[in-house]
Amino acid sequence: MTRKVDNPIVSLVSRLVSPFIMIYALYVIFHGHYSPGGGFQGGTMLAAAVLLLRISAGSEISQLQFKKSWGTRMGSMGVLIYFGTGFLCLLLGGNFLDYHYLAKILPVSDVMARSWGILFVEIGVGIAVMGLLVAIYDDLLEGNPNA
Amino acid sequence: MKLANYFILIIFCAMMIFGTLSLPNRGDLDTNLNRKISPAGTPNAGVHYIQHAQHDAHTPNMVTVTLADYRGYDTMGETTVIFTAALICFLLLRKKRGRNDQES
Repeated sequence: MTRKVDNPIVSLVSRLVSPFIMIYALYVIFHGHYSPGGGFQGGTMLAAAVLLLRISAGSEISQLQFKKSWGTRMGSMGVLIYFGTGFLCLLLGGNFLDYHYLAKILPVSDVMARSWGILFVEIGVGIAVMGLLVAIYDDLLEGNPNA
Repeated sequence: MKLANYFILIIFCAMMIFGTLSLPNRGDLDTNLNRKISPAGTPNAGVHYIQHAQHDAHTPNMVTVTLADYRGYDTMGETTVIFTAALICFLLLRKKRGRNDQES
């Protein structure tokens, strides 16, 4: 059904393009405060950069870039960052996800603390979406000898 | 039978087009959606977000502020939904490792 074809052009171009997609994805995540973008969009692009090598070079070789077991771990870590930010606000005396109270441990003003809280949450979402999308792809290809 | 299918399709198309005719224009300031006070007499939420986003969080993109700050619970739920989907894929599709299977 699916047969792996070794094409030097495809492998070279995907190897060259993948890091630039990652850079742009990081830009989308961290520039989400000023332009359209955010954790979901940037995380999807990070996953696309990983999956590009997964598709072009095959699952075996692309394990060097991103191991199969990392996907679920990274996803759990991202969700944990989101919930952790919320519980940190709870510990510091505010409501759940009330970033206002992060100013007690961050060296910024109350209003800027909300901006930082948004950034933490977006990073968590980005990591979660990246890891989980790669994990779904790996799960779907489980047991496929040609992958 | 085929004729009846097309007939039903055309009827539903006509109903949908008839329904969209009475929708307000995009960006119309006189609709209930864009007014400061809703018909029930309560202040609209969107107006508050537009007016206070920059002042509250020092973030120019008010969509980000609404998604991650004012509506943080909602985004948390979305992340949990994706997490649950990946977890179900993991449980259903990942190969089960038997007792005799020693591969890592």
